[in-house]
Amino acid sequence: MKAKTFWRHIKESLKSIKRNGWMTVAAVSAVAVTLLLVGSFIAILMNVNKLATDVEEDVSVRVYIDLAAEEEDQEALQQNLEDIDDVEQVVFSSRDDELSQVIGSYGDEFGLFDGDDNPLHDVFILNTAAPEATADVADQAEEFSYVADVNYGGATADRLFEVMGTVRNVGGIIIVALIFTAVFLIANTIRITIFSRRTEIEIMKLVGATNWFIRWPFLIEGALIGFIGALIPVTAISYVYLTGFDRVMEFLYGTYFGLLEPNPFLIQLVVLLLAIGVLIGSIGSSLSIRKFLKV
Amino acid sequence: MIKMTNVYKKYPNGITAINGLDVSIDQGEFVYVVGPSGAGKSTFIKMIYREEVPTKGTVKVGEFDLVGLKAKKVPYLRRHVGVVYQDFKLLPRLTVFENVAYAMQVVGKNSKQIQKRTLEVLDLVGLKHKVRMFPNELSGGEQQRVAIARAIANMPRVLIADEPTGNLDPETAWGIMDLLEEINNQGTTIIMATHNSDIVNRVRHRVLAVENGRIARDQEGGEYGYES
Repeated sequence: MKAKTFWRHIKESLKSIKRNGWMTVAAVSAVAVTLLLVGSFIAILMNVNKLATDVEEDVSVRVYIDLAAEEEDQEALQQNLEDIDDVEQVVFSSRDDELSQVIGSYGDEFGLFDGDDNPLHDVFILNTAAPEATADVADQAEEFSYVADVNYGGATADRLFEVMGTVRNVGGIIIVALIFTAVFLIANTIRITIFSRRTEIEIMKLVGATNWFIRWPFLIEGALIGFIGALIPVTAISYVYLTGFDRVMEFLYGTYFGLLEPNPFLIQLVVLLLAIGVLIGSIGSSLSIRKFLKV
Repeated sequence: MIKMTNVYKKYPNGITAINGLDVSIDQGEFVYVVGPSGAGKSTFIKMIYREEVPTKGTVKVGEFDLVGLKAKKVPYLRRHVGVVYQDFKLLPRLTVFENVAYAMQVVGKNSKQIQKRTLEVLDLVGLKHKVRMFPNELSGGEQQRVAIARAIANMPRVLIADEPTGNLDPETAWGIMDLLEEINNQGTTIIMATHNSDIVNRVRHRVLAVENGRIARDQEGGEYGYES
């Protein structure tokens, strides 16, 4: 395409945006509302996901070693545990270590159990490669000899994984549905602006304009509407996220958990929303112009 | 120049508009297409600029084979075939100059060429002094002149006029007729569908009478031949 023709297309699309004043406002609002939903949804979903992953990674399997185990039994058990498929790391924590942790968490009164009075077991702490494998690993560990007990937060962890799986799927579906809605809204709005210009399109075709020559201004118009529409939610979401991030992080201070850092997450989200805006704008307009271009 | 052989056109609703039509029109001819409403006149004319494609048969315009013509190539055919309608089809938001220039912009001419040719054709149709006016400020005859100027701006080899005088009073109609004659004298083939018996009978040219989807009469310098 010649540069001059390209400028003509841009000029035409700007003219059309201005001429169709209220329709443009309607289309821009449609994009803005939808992308505000999509954007907020993505932000919330990704952060819930991040928190859940933090929790999941925090889950480990604790294998309590039978008090009767001799040193070689314990070494054999460690070997067995390391051989389980999904086990990434096996850490030994002696009963004394365990007790000092309890004292650390619950107070000095537990110091009474020091030495031979210590009722705790030696423990192997297993970290699994994938959080979902936790239950499986626990089951396998239970089979070995000299295992007194296995604990991994059991039902609670299972439930969390289940819920997270559902949240991810449902969230994905909702986002896709919202994007479809936006395409449809834009397609409809642009269809109306095109409808009012069908004589013009008819005449362009009669005097021998190629389909792309007719299509370009509409595509650019759709992309611009999508872009302008995306700017509004992008501003709103950025403001809310940056403010909210500081507050929540203050609240979570001292824990293993954290929200996604604005850099890069917010930047990626902004780029994504702008891209979706431009994309649904141009897809919407090409969908609605198709009918009018049939020769 | 234009050659149709054994052409049939059946619409999806079951109506057969063209029923075994043969015709050949040479470059530079002036042809009237006459016939009662619903006889297939419109379909016949639309097949020349590929608004309609025949169900069967061949249509050739210049080097274009219209039956096998890809949709992508249609715009290039249209640049050789100008069309004028009864209702002018001008763009109301554009001035006279812009309406004519528009036809050249869409085929990618540069602005210098456009400027020159627009004034040239507007001079030919006698509206050079009204270039800055809008269509609604013009009379019907003047609007039809602008439409004709637009149709010939890209120097088509064929000009199709579908009832160009249908909306005009007799005197204005004669003015349009003179203009078409002049364009014809410059070598452009003119195909004019009309119900105006007065014009057909007084300015004699080849007459194609379309009836029941075929050419019922093909007569050089013929009469209108219907009660109007």
